[in-house]
Amino acid sequence: MGIFVDKQTRAIVQGITGAQGSFHTKLMLNYGTQIMAGVTPGKGGTQVHQVPVYDTVKEATENHDANASIIFVPAPFAAEATFEALEANLKTIVIITEHIPIKDAIRVMAKAKQLGTVVIGPNTPGVIAPGECKLGIMPAHVFKPGIVGIASRSGTLTYEIAAGITAAGLGQSTCIGLGGDPIIGLSFVEALKQFERDEQTKAVALIGEIGGNLEERAAEFIATEGYEKPVVAYVAGRTAPRGKRMGHAGAIVMGRTGTARSKIEAFEKAGVRVAEKPSEVAKILGQRI
Amino acid sequence: MKLHEYEAKKIFAKYGIPIPKGEVATTSTQAREITAKLNVPVIVKAQILVAGRGKAGGILFADTPEEAELAARKLLDAEIKGVRVSSVLVEEKVSVQKELYLGITVDRAQRCYVAVASSRGGMEIEEIAAKTPEEIVKLFIDPAYGFHLYLARQVARKMGYVGKQMLNLASIFFKLYRLAIDFDAELAEMNPLMEKPNQEFVAADTRLIVDDNALYRHVELKNRLAEGETELTPQELKAQESGLAYVKLEGNIGIIGNGAGLVMATLDTIQLYGGNPANFLDVGGGASAERMAAALNIVLSDSEVKAVLINVLGGITRCDDIAKGVLEVRKRVGFAKPIVIRLVGTNEEEGRRILTEAGIHVLSSMEQSAEKVVEIVNVEGGG
Repeated sequence: MGIFVDKQTRAIVQGITGAQGSFHTKLMLNYGTQIMAGVTPGKGGTQVHQVPVYDTVKEATENHDANASIIFVPAPFAAEATFEALEANLKTIVIITEHIPIKDAIRVMAKAKQLGTVVIGPNTPGVIAPGECKLGIMPAHVFKPGIVGIASRSGTLTYEIAAGITAAGLGQSTCIGLGGDPIIGLSFVEALKQFERDEQTKAVALIGEIGGNLEERAAEFIATEGYEKPVVAYVAGRTAPRGKRMGHAGAIVMGRTGTARSKIEAFEKAGVRVAEKPSEVAKILGQRI
Repeated sequence: MKLHEYEAKKIFAKYGIPIPKGEVATTSTQAREITAKLNVPVIVKAQILVAGRGKAGGILFADTPEEAELAARKLLDAEIKGVRVSSVLVEEKVSVQKELYLGITVDRAQRCYVAVASSRGGMEIEEIAAKTPEEIVKLFIDPAYGFHLYLARQVARKMGYVGKQMLNLASIFFKLYRLAIDFDAELAEMNPLMEKPNQEFVAADTRLIVDDNALYRHVELKNRLAEGETELTPQELKAQESGLAYVKLEGNIGIIGNGAGLVMATLDTIQLYGGNPANFLDVGGGASAERMAAALNIVLSDSEVKAVLINVLGGITRCDDIAKGVLEVRKRVGFAKPIVIRLVGTNEEEGRRILTEAGIHVLSSMEQSAEKVVEIVNVEGGG
């Protein structure tokens, strides 16, 4: 069974009438994801791909038994939208939106922590449990049901590595995009904990990148907890210069913090094999399982 | 967005934080005139956005208006750490008893702002942390509750201050927090905050970095960014206008890809095969033919680039759009440089067909294409 999303996931789409929201609602429906309702303030009473649209999350959840939300709302309004979802007691919230200000993200994460709600993202491709539920914008065809749990800070690079894992015949239990922003909800450590409990997951792939220290924390967790399942990592940005943002708002080496070298060394110290090239992740996983 | 020291100081002053008396000058004559109004000696500081200007000769001292003019002449139009100096800040030199550090920044792992203070300022905070970690006071700020004056007093007490001085220091720290929050700062710091022999404090150097994603609610800064000089190169600016994430690097292989992580991994793979990337360029998700064309133009216009690698894995991005963008650039400006293309994913067959019919070879493995482009550059370079 997938973690965070599965066959029981019943989602609403916030920002469903926008170009991205509408397009991906269609693709998620095609995948079999249960989309109960959509929300766009001012567009209540309309429909998008036969999904009823409401003005507020409150109305949507009063009329439909939803337990998750996926947010496509533009950055200046995305924090508001997340608060609305948090208040409605939805237990999993995926924020696709990029460019949310740090100050807003900090407030959102504090509220989510207080309520015990799982926030995935922002700036994430979302989460997929292959064959069960896709709550995100990832191309579905690269994923197949299987045994590898993936947690990643990037989008396309995840598809690259997941495609390799699929081609190797291993498939994925759940693939989680943590998001490319400096302030994100779900972290590697929390993903690792869930993968450890999940029976379907036999091995874990962590895809990190420069910036922050979530990878170092994951390595420390693996070492101190004596993590039982094999973990393979890849870290992007070995060639990145200091002080420059490499595409993602969170992918920046500040002073001495957040270098690829520090992350790779931390993983290796914790006994995690680090792949040199994206294609090696599937290869090493094959050997370790 | 990084603010110049003089811009940051204006804001700090508005919040009631004491700063040295001074003004900004864009000509050496101005520097002399400003100095005539100040108490000497003065300090003449190049206004550039890169760190470490002091060691690179960007800070000079002067005892007379004439000396200040000479100092400004030396600095203006000079290049410091590769950046041209277009203005200098002329300030009264502060007599100093002790140098402190105060900063508000973001702690990514704790997902909150953090107040950082040290009674050993003057050097980079990370250097202080490495050398004397016990001299650093760190306080995570509860996002719901915020920073308060009594917390600032606790910090000032920990730094060993008492009485009026403790109250003053706490008040300065609290003002720093307020401006950091008001301006959506990623970093607001005073380093050093000078303690003068008369026990007063003054912020001798300040830094303010504003969250780019919050600029929409700071219109005055956004306008300044549009007209003023930034730390970006011309190519980086052009990329920014086209909505592309571009970073200039030092090698000779131009790189274009979709997705920040994939592009970073492409750069790393190039280096693994012995090549040197000339840039990072992410065309982003769902790139159109026009965006791809704009990206290719920027990379081809870089004279350092000897060959280009395009690495696209289509999810939302469609391979046929990428192919069309590539062909459009060839039609308009031609390819003076070899181009290696790796294209897989959504509408892959159509993309391949378009390019193959136009005589462009398409690869499907990221590593093969990286190896190939490195090989081309090495042969061209005679090595």
